Amino acid sequence: MFQPNSIETLRSLLSSGKTSASRVVESSLAAAEQFNERLNAFLEIDRKGAAQRAREIDTSKAEDNKQQILRGVPVAIKDNICVEGLQASCGSKILGDYHPPYNATVIERLLGAGAVIIGKTNCDEFAMGSSNENSAFGVVRNPWDTARVPGGSSGGSAAAVAAGIVPVALGSDTGGSVRQPAALCGVFGLKPTYGRNSRYGLVAFASSLDQVGVFGRSATDVATVLGVIAGRDSHDSTTADVPVPDYADALSKDIKGLRLGLPRALYGEGLDSEVRAAVLGAVDAYRELGAEIIDIELPNARYAIAVYYIIATAEASSNLARYDGVRYGFRAEEAPELRQMYRKTREEGFGPEVKRRIMLGTYVLSAGYYDAYYKKAQQVRSLIKEDFGRAFGRCDAFITPTSPTPAFLIGEKADDPLAMYLNDIYTVTANLAGVPGMNVPCGLSSTKLPIGFQLLGPYWSESTLFRLAHAYETAYPFTDRPPIFATQD
Amino acid sequence: MPITKADIEKVAQLAHIEMSAEELDIFGPQMAEIVNYVEQLNEIDTSNLEPSIGGLTPEGERTEASRPDEVMPSLGQAKALAEAPDPADGYFRVPKVL
Repeated sequence: MFQPNSIETLRSLLSSGKTSASRVVESSLAAAEQFNERLNAFLEIDRKGAAQRAREIDTSKAEDNKQQILRGVPVAIKDNICVEGLQASCGSKILGDYHPPYNATVIERLLGAGAVIIGKTNCDEFAMGSSNENSAFGVVRNPWDTARVPGGSSGGSAAAVAAGIVPVALGSDTGGSVRQPAALCGVFGLKPTYGRNSRYGLVAFASSLDQVGVFGRSATDVATVLGVIAGRDSHDSTTADVPVPDYADALSKDIKGLRLGLPRALYGEGLDSEVRAAVLGAVDAYRELGAEIIDIELPNARYAIAVYYIIATAEASSNLARYDGVRYGFRAEEAPELRQMYRKTREEGFGPEVKRRIMLGTYVLSAGYYDAYYKKAQQVRSLIKEDFGRAFGRCDAFITPTSPTPAFLIGEKADDPLAMYLNDIYTVTANLAGVPGMNVPCGLSSTKLPIGFQLLGPYWSESTLFRLAHAYETAYPFTDRPPIFATQD
Repeated sequence: MPITKADIEKVAQLAHIEMSAEELDIFGPQMAEIVNYVEQLNEIDTSNLEPSIGGLTPEGERTEASRPDEVMPSLGQAKALAEAPDPADGYFRVPKVL
């Protein structure tokens, strides 16, 4: 089996003829199929399509194809990103076996770089959740302990990378949905700057917060994939005209003299003591590696969850109005009148968390409440952005925990929405401010569950985050593997 | 302000979601708790603050988003209707409106 290898190793094995794309993809498919009974990470495995594409790659004579940076690399895609020919259920009954008629721009770019999509991964319904328990198609299980959640909402992609099924996967991050499952599954996970890559073909949840993100087992692999998918797209007016740097180039630079901000106030109440110790251990490691640690204040960060759950639900209530049983997906039967059909379709098609958020969003936007909630939240969002801007004037990046606890038990928080929302306390600020954030694995708890720290940087500072992450993983490699992991040849 | 059952019923109607009596009983207290939590924002004086227009960066705001007004290829009728629950004669068919 070759799939646990890094992209770079795969490239050298393929170019030297030691393996073939077909062999790599077959081992990835086999692992996906073999583990899915235990993990439920995939909603669709495209054995036929992936094997066919691998054969085409192997038989292609074109010289330029051999130079493709992701040639033959198996990837997994969250089921809220459109891949032509495959389903896009978003973990929801209301889309069910919807098959989008086009590729997302990030998918076009992955395919253009030679990647092979092996399947669509399970997620919380419409990316709303922090545990994957909100999928209409069952919870994803954490490869480190199948009694526990993988985090969410991109839990299937995180689990697929953690279990060695694929080296890299795509997810989406609206309030932490890439970084938090990355932390809980012990992999790297990046949410890029708002506007760094295209959302064309990403099913919208909260449009001022959503970004496509990348999972990998090293900072290098994440950087390679970002380099492929990043950049301006005429199909998405929110993508910014900012040059895409050579991320690989940045990785090898040492971090001496970089200034790392430590927001100590975020290390207090509610943070698991083992997570605190592990993240502060990483802070010490950075000091030893030559970074300068600077205390910073983010006085309004404590309001982030409140701001987030107003803005995200308001935008979701508007974005999810399109699921009405008319143009695609599920339609309720026995509704002889139009409005009744809308109501029954949405009643039967959406799960409880999605309904709760649509209702909340409708409430905060409804007549008489707009100023009190939505406008107020957007004003406090400005304060949070100002906090970030001020702090980044004094440092190159911040370091925080990614998740307040390691992976929790399935069912542990399922009946308490507010407790579940508080899982996102460290991650939502990046989406509100629009800045990039990355989870870096930094050890295991006493119960053998992964712990990660989060790096946050100013706009367009992905290179700095990769450089910091790479320096850490080089000095302190995270070599532990979960009990469920594809074995290597 | 406290959320009443009548508020929840009104919101469900606005959101076009039919709600059973059991769901109303579950969602009511949950929404009240969340709204109560987000009302902590009232402790902040925001009278002199501009609302944030989104996560847009200065570079993003400067990016030219318009293109020449030219006809471009689109999905086409067959593809656009292929996933519809009830297509008919090149249209999306819905139950009677009136």
